[in-house]
This record gives sequence, C-alpha cells and structure tokens, in this order.
Amino acid sequence: MSDIGFSSRLRRGDMIAPEKVFQVSWSLIFWLVCIFAFGFATLYSAANGKLMPWAEPQLARFIIGLGLLLGVAVIDIRFLMRYAYVIWVLVLVLLIGVELRGVIGGGARRWIDLGFINLQPSELMKPAIVLALARYFHGRGLEEISSPFSLLVPLGLILVPAALIVVQPDLGTALVIIMTAAAVLFMAGVRLWKFIAVGAAGLAAVPIAWTFLHDYQKDRIRTFLDPERDPLGTGYHILQSKIALGSGGVFGKGFMQGTQSRLSFLPERQTDFIFTMFAEEHGMVGGLVLLGLYVLVLIYGYAIAFRCRHQFGRLVAMGITTTFFLYFFINIAMVTGLIPVVGVPLPLISYGGTALLTLMLCMGVLMNVWVHRDVQMASRGSFGYF
Amino acid sequence: MMLSRDGDWAKMFTRRAMVLGGAQGALISALVGRMYYLQVIESERYKVLADGNRISVQILPPPRGRILDRFGQPLATNKQQFRVLINPEQTNNRVLDTLNSLSSLIELADYERERVRKEVGRHRSFVPITVKENLSWEEMARIQVNAPDLPGVIIDEALTRNYPLKEDAAHLLGYVSSVDKADLNGDPLLQLPGFRIGKAGIEKIQDTILRGNGGSRQVEVNAYGREVRELERREGEPGEDLLLTIDERIQTFAGDTIASHLPVEEQSVSLNVMDIYTGEMLAMVSTPGFDPHIFSRAPTPQEWKELSTDPRSALTNKSIAGRYSPGSTFKMCVALAGLENNVIQPDQPVHCGGHTTLGSNTWYCWKKGGHGSIDMANAITNSCDCYFYEVARRLGVDRIAAMAKKLSLGELTGIGLPGEQRGLMPTEAWKKAARGEAWMQGENLNVGIGQGQVNVTPLQLVTYVARIANGGLMVKPTLVRAHATTAVAAAAIARDNADAAAAAMTTIPSLGIPQAHMAVIQRGMFGAVNGGGTAARAALQIKDPEKKDWKMAGKTGSAQTHRVKRSIRALGEVKQETLPWGLRDNALFVGFGPYHAPRYAISCVIEHGKAGAFAAQIVKDVMEETLRLDPSRKPRVEDQVAAITPAPTPAKNPS
Repeated sequence: MSDIGFSSRLRRGDMIAPEKVFQVSWSLIFWLVCIFAFGFATLYSAANGKLMPWAEPQLARFIIGLGLLLGVAVIDIRFLMRYAYVIWVLVLVLLIGVELRGVIGGGARRWIDLGFINLQPSELMKPAIVLALARYFHGRGLEEISSPFSLLVPLGLILVPAALIVVQPDLGTALVIIMTAAAVLFMAGVRLWKFIAVGAAGLAAVPIAWTFLHDYQKDRIRTFLDPERDPLGTGYHILQSKIALGSGGVFGKGFMQGTQSRLSFLPERQTDFIFTMFAEEHGMVGGLVLLGLYVLVLIYGYAIAFRCRHQFGRLVAMGITTTFFLYFFINIAMVTGLIPVVGVPLPLISYGGTALLTLMLCMGVLMNVWVHRDVQMASRGSFGYF
Repeated sequence: MMLSRDGDWAKMFTRRAMVLGGAQGALISALVGRMYYLQVIESERYKVLADGNRISVQILPPPRGRILDRFGQPLATNKQQFRVLINPEQTNNRVLDTLNSLSSLIELADYERERVRKEVGRHRSFVPITVKENLSWEEMARIQVNAPDLPGVIIDEALTRNYPLKEDAAHLLGYVSSVDKADLNGDPLLQLPGFRIGKAGIEKIQDTILRGNGGSRQVEVNAYGREVRELERREGEPGEDLLLTIDERIQTFAGDTIASHLPVEEQSVSLNVMDIYTGEMLAMVSTPGFDPHIFSRAPTPQEWKELSTDPRSALTNKSIAGRYSPGSTFKMCVALAGLENNVIQPDQPVHCGGHTTLGSNTWYCWKKGGHGSIDMANAITNSCDCYFYEVARRLGVDRIAAMAKKLSLGELTGIGLPGEQRGLMPTEAWKKAARGEAWMQGENLNVGIGQGQVNVTPLQLVTYVARIANGGLMVKPTLVRAHATTAVAAAAIARDNADAAAAAMTTIPSLGIPQAHMAVIQRGMFGAVNGGGTAARAALQIKDPEKKDWKMAGKTGSAQTHRVKRSIRALGEVKQETLPWGLRDNALFVGFGPYHAPRYAISCVIEHGKAGAFAAQIVKDVMEETLRLDPSRKPRVEDQVAAITPAPTPAKNPS
C-alpha cells in the first residue's frame, strides 16, 4: 500500500514542515480558542465593556501564542529531547538572574525585564522540568529506576529550581513545579514508598533549609504563609469572591452585570479572580461549561499520552497535562475558598502575558508530542533507528 | 527481553495514568461540589450579602409640618438654609486654592479653613466637606455667580426651623432639638444625623403629626463608597401643618404690652386670652420667653446658664406650670359656693369693720376702717375681705373646694401641653392625708380670700373666668384647631362661628349653676372695673364708635408671696415699692368682655407685680386689642386657608 511508505516515513520522523502542520490536532486548537474566547469576553466585561486596557492586548498575545504553539509543535521531538537538559540549565540561569537582578513586584522578585517583555523564568521552568525529567526517564526500565540512587539526578533537577523559586518567594509556583515533577516521576514508575520517603525527608529538611535563607527571604515567606498579617487583604478578598460567586447563583447576573466585580468589591478581577467574575455573571452553568472545556483539554492530553509510542513523549504529555490541570484546579479552588490564596492564574482566561505565553508554550510541547507520536526514538534521544 | 520490558512499562503507565486521571477527576468533582454549594445551596445568603455590599439606603427627611395661627399666619416654619461644601476630588487637587478664592467671596475664619484642611485629609477625596453653614442668600448668590472659577464647590440647601414670633410664643410652641437616645423608637428618621424633633410645647405634643414620614433612596455604591447610580427613590410624606387657635396678632400684642408696662427685669408674666364658648386659646404668653432657635443648634453653655439661672424662670411656661395663690380673684368662687349652699343671699349684707376676729386671732380687711355694711356684688366690686371671711367661715373649705373644682381651679385643664401643673385646692381630707393634721377654722378664712394653701395656674384662672362669663358652661381650653390637611380641618375652618355661643349652649355640658347666681357675680365684676371698684384701671377706652360702649368686667387680686410678720403689719400697710422685687406681692387680674355679650376671658399674673391694679392695666390694653380684632367672630372661610402659602418642597439630600 502506498501509505505504508508514508507511514514509515512518519515513524522515522522525517516529516517535512507542511506534513507536520497537517498532523497538528486542529480540534484541540479549536477548544483552546473557545476557552480564550471566554477569557476575551470576560476581560471585555471587566473593563466595563471596553477593549482596553485588557481584552485587546490579550488578544494580541494570544495570536502570538498560537504562532508559538505551532512553532514549538513542528520542532523535531528528538531535538527537544537532546537539548532538554540544556533548556533546563538555561532556565535555571534565568532564575538565578532573577534572584540577582530581578524586578521586585508585589513584594516578590519574579521578573526579568528584557525590555520588550517581563520574563518570568519560574513559569518557563514548568515545561523545562517536564522535558528534563522525561529525558532522564526515557528508555529507563522499571528495574533501572528501582535503585534509590537513580533518583538522585531527578531530585536535583526538581529541588534546585524549586528552592530558587521558593525564595523569590513564589511558594505557589514552586509547589506546582514539585507536583508536576512528582506526576512525571509517578508516571515513570517510581515506587510509591519512595515518594513517601522523599516527602518525609523534604519536610524534615525544611528547618535546615530555612537557616540558609536570607532574612529578607524569610520575611517574604513568612508573609506568604501568614496572610493574616494583612487582615483586610486576603480574608476580605476571599469573602468578596465567595459573595460574588454565591450571588451569581445558577444562571448568573448576566454579561457585564456582575455587581461585585463592576463595583470593585472583587479584587484582581482581571487576573487571579477572573473565574469569580465569570461565574458571577454566568452563574454555575457558565462555570461548569468552562470547567468542561478544561476537562476536554485534559482528555486530549491523556489521549495524546496514550497514543504516543515513545516513553519520552508519554511522560512529557502527562507532565504538561498535569501542569495544565494544576493551573486551573488551584486557581478555581483558591477563588472558591477551598485552598489558601496563591497567585496562580486561570489558564487562557486571566490577563497577563507571561502566563499566557507559557501556557501556549506548554500546549505547543503537548502538540509536539502529538505530531511526533509515532516517531521512533533511541533510548538516549539519538536520531538513529532501533 | 526489550519488548517484555516495554510491555511491563506500558502496563504500569496505563495503570498509573488511570490513578492520576482518577485523582484529578476526584479533585474536579470537588470543584463542582464547591460551586454547587456556593452558587445553589448558599446562593440566597450571598445574594443578600452582595446587595448589602452594593446598595446603600439613605433616609430622606420629610419637611416638618408648619405651625400656623388660627388665620394661617406662620408661627413655626421651615427656613431654607444654604451651606457651602467642597468636593476635594473636583478641585483638581487644589483644595487650598479653591478655599482662597472662596474666602474672597465669603468670610472664612482661619480656624474654619484649618478645619476644612484637616477634614480633607481624613476622608476619601470624593466625600464633600462642609466649609460653612448658615449662608445668607446673598453669600450663596455670590458663590453661585462665581461658580465657574470655583471647581469642586457645592452649594447645598437644608431646612431649619424658624419661629417668626421668637420669644413671644416660645413656651407655647416649644422648640425642636436633636434626638436623644431615649427618643429612639425604631423610626429610622430619628437615627438620621442632624434630624430634629419637637422637645417642648406644641412641637413636642404634636411631634408625630408634624414630623411626617421619611422617604428613602437606594443608591448603588462601589467598594470605595462612591455613589454609582440611584436605584430607587421613595419620597416621604411631609409633616402635616397644624392650625392653632392662637391669634398671632393678639399673642404678639400681649407680649409687646407686657414689655411696655414693665422694666425688663420685672417682666415675669403670664397672660392668657380665651374664647369663652369654644375654649380656644387666642393668646398664651409667658414671659420672659427665650429664643427657640438656640435649641435647634444646641445652646452654648453661656446661653444655657443664663436661661436656667434666670430668677424669672425663663424656661417655665407660667401659664400652665406657674402656681400662684389666686388672692382676691378667688372671691367669685367663694361667693358662688355661698350662694349654692345657701349660706348667704346676694342682697344679705355683712358688716365689715376692717377686721374679723376668730378665737384669739384677727384677720384684717385690706381697707382700714372697713367697708361697713356690704352685699355680695359690692363685696366683689370692692374686694371686701371681711365679707368673704364670713362667707368662708360659714361654708367651710370642702364646700368651697367643690365649687372650685367645678370652675376648674386646682384641676388639670387637659390642654395637653407638657408640664401642666394641677395646682392645689385644699380640703379637710387633703390636710389630714398630707400633713396628718386637722383642719383649723382659721384656715377657712384664708381660703376665703384665695390665700393659704390654695394655688392655681393662670390657665385655670382664665378657664374659671370663662366659665363665669359664659354662664356656667364647662368650657375647656384648647390650642389645636385642626391639622390643615385633614377633612376635619376643612369642616372646622368652614364653620361659621357667629353662633358659637348658641352651639356651645347645646353641646357643652352645664355646671348647673343658676343664672341668677352668675348674674350677681358678673355684676360685681362689672362694678370692680366700671363702678368705682378696685379694678378701675381696667376700664376700656375703645375709640371705635361702634364699640365705644363695650365694657370689661373683672377682678383684681394681690397675693402675698412671703408671710408678712405680724409686727410689720401692725406698723401699718407695707409699701410694696420699698420691697425688693422678689419679695413683692403677685399681681393678678381676671376679666371678660364685652360685658353686654361676653366672648373673651383673660387672666394675667405678674409675678411680684405689687398689686392687681397693675395687672388690670395690661389686661385693659390686651382686651381692647382683642375686641378690636374680635377674632372669634370672624368667619373662617376656606379661602383664607387656601391663601396659606404651600408647604416647601422636600429637602434635598446632601450629595
């Protein structure tokens, strides 16, 4: 059959760019555009029916993000695997740079001002760590990773950037990275008791690590852990968020009719608390539709992982999917008062450049796995054949 | 080997992916559950909280009803008051510049500017700060004209209570003042900052009618308290206007007359004019008055001290709360009791030798040497004490008290003003109960000339003389004609009063005193004024040719305010003029007129006014004016009420 040749060429990864574009899952992109459309409308409403200052810039970023997604999707996956550690090191350097020369905003040092964009390396670390861990476990069988020593490298890959992010302080992002990494380790087949052991050891190490921190870093973490230092801050925000959600009821107050958000009772309505505003105006029905779209993207992620023929791709897909899950779960759980306030944006909806671009980058990596699902990979990322 | 290893890994991967997917599914279910809890189960509660956040309810004060005299002349009104505020936000952050421009238009003291500067710092920038209150119309106009150069300056109007008669009707009308904690009764109006309620006089007893019902305004506010829009506005009901029986002209005239007859420091007088058939009070004056406006804004400590320590008790409405020995004005009561109990006949003479003895005590007549043989009418005319000692001795106190009660003396009149005093008409039983002592025969003699324990209010005196003048009808004093907005008012106003006498005779219960008895008393009172009696100074001198024959009948009274020692009395008559003001006798006069067809009763008490003749002088002027105006006979047609200016529009709420 004529398609055998084609198929085998795909398996070898010798696709030319137009062929790869043909392989892209346009239905997934359609759902991402749907979610963004909700975000766009909500930002429009948040500005009282104006495109500025939020909706229009965000649209521009999304279009750039789509280009980024497609660009990442067509990179040869073996290239990603080969340079996974290099990417990790580069992002780590950026993280160190933040600590040394970063811009302080909101009491934390998170950004590097590159002139045209405020780069937030902790966000970039999310896909970087997934790639690095997948690279490490690719081709390693269950016996190979049964030795505790085999986990030293992955732990290093996780803990070094996590520590740097904790002292920014950005405990939320650090925890997301640790949980993402844990998911990759879990999927790679690491024994459960080792998670427990590492978890216990980690908790035990906290007091020791504490002594190594600078006073200002300790201060930042204390503020983070004890928001009661600012009683009218966090507690007030969460109460107002719950009032907004609850008063929205089943069907909501209607587009641009949310009183809590319009009258400024709701804090950060265009960023971290945007889900609240959305659910105030569109009610539980609207909230569930949005949640449904997120779950749909999750299902795509799982499907891609299952359809992928190589270990690297499977782990990357699971890691990216988990990152995506953590994004929206933590955000919604936070604004509904299930977990403490952490600054995690709602994917594709919240206003903000770095978060959106990082997310599109992650989706690009996921799409990359899909495009290269059948590529045969050598155990150490070479271009050779089995 | 390789394949089986891959197979193991794939199995493990599938298994663990299910676990991870299951865990994520469970967490998402938790989100859904949480949303259901917040948006369905708890939704109502949060809806209330959201509305509480965004909706701010403001009470709109209704304009207070006006108090009008019987012809619709204003006694208490609402005056527009202008104040100037500054909205710092709209001054482009140049509050001080704006204040400077403002001070070139209106006078601004340094401390006022300092206060504004401080308040601006304390509030959010869109909260208007009051710069100055009580602007004159002229100042207001000056600011309005220059408004373009004064960004952020707001002129605001509010209503304040205004009493055109000032002190002349202060006790009667009372005043409004800010709400005390004890006044709070759930009416949200009372919690409005700056709201005033009636605290004395008519303002107090008719407060609920005058107050009206508050309106409300719901506004949407944002998280910073700024008004976004008005959601709902419900206008309140203005308070009802109140039509009093008072004739503003007589009320003012009485005040002026008192002022012209007495030096300021001796002006401590109650004067009351009543329609003898309807009981309507045409004037009720108590001096010294006070400026009721000072209570609308709390009085300064200095003002309060002056009022509360005035020896003439400036804060007491003497007409209802002053208690005075009636003195000789009581003699008509004793005479009527004598006639009723048949202890004496009108023409049965009693000898007056200048004094009466009872046991070892001696009671003196005011006239040295006595009146000789004297009958009842002449005893009243000449105020012969011995005659009434004798009648009282024959009667005993209880029978006098019974008649006094009929004539309203020592009884609450029920006029409804706060603080009305009952006075005292003693009886044997009263003394037994109050002092535990038996009544002495000599005390009857004291009561016979209105001394001793007897004390009455000026309002009781005017009611008493009205009942004598109307031939024994149980008339009661009233102050309120109607609420101008009720149907009753229209009826009352349309009523033709020309035949009020005839109407009163059929509707007002009679006291059951024979007209023949009343005729004797009236004759005696006529003589006192017009027949060479003790009240000759009250003889009317009306110039109007139609009314020049109209006469007044009356009776003077002088009552000791301090017991005069026998040794001093033995030295002869005490010269009142030589005593300090506070030790002089009280001067009383009661009278009615016109004699040929009685309509008006007047009582007057001058504290420490030396002798009743001085009260008679004042009453003469007031009676002449009352008869000249003859308000009771004036038909009150609806047209006159329609001419009353309409009530002002509701106060604008400060923005």
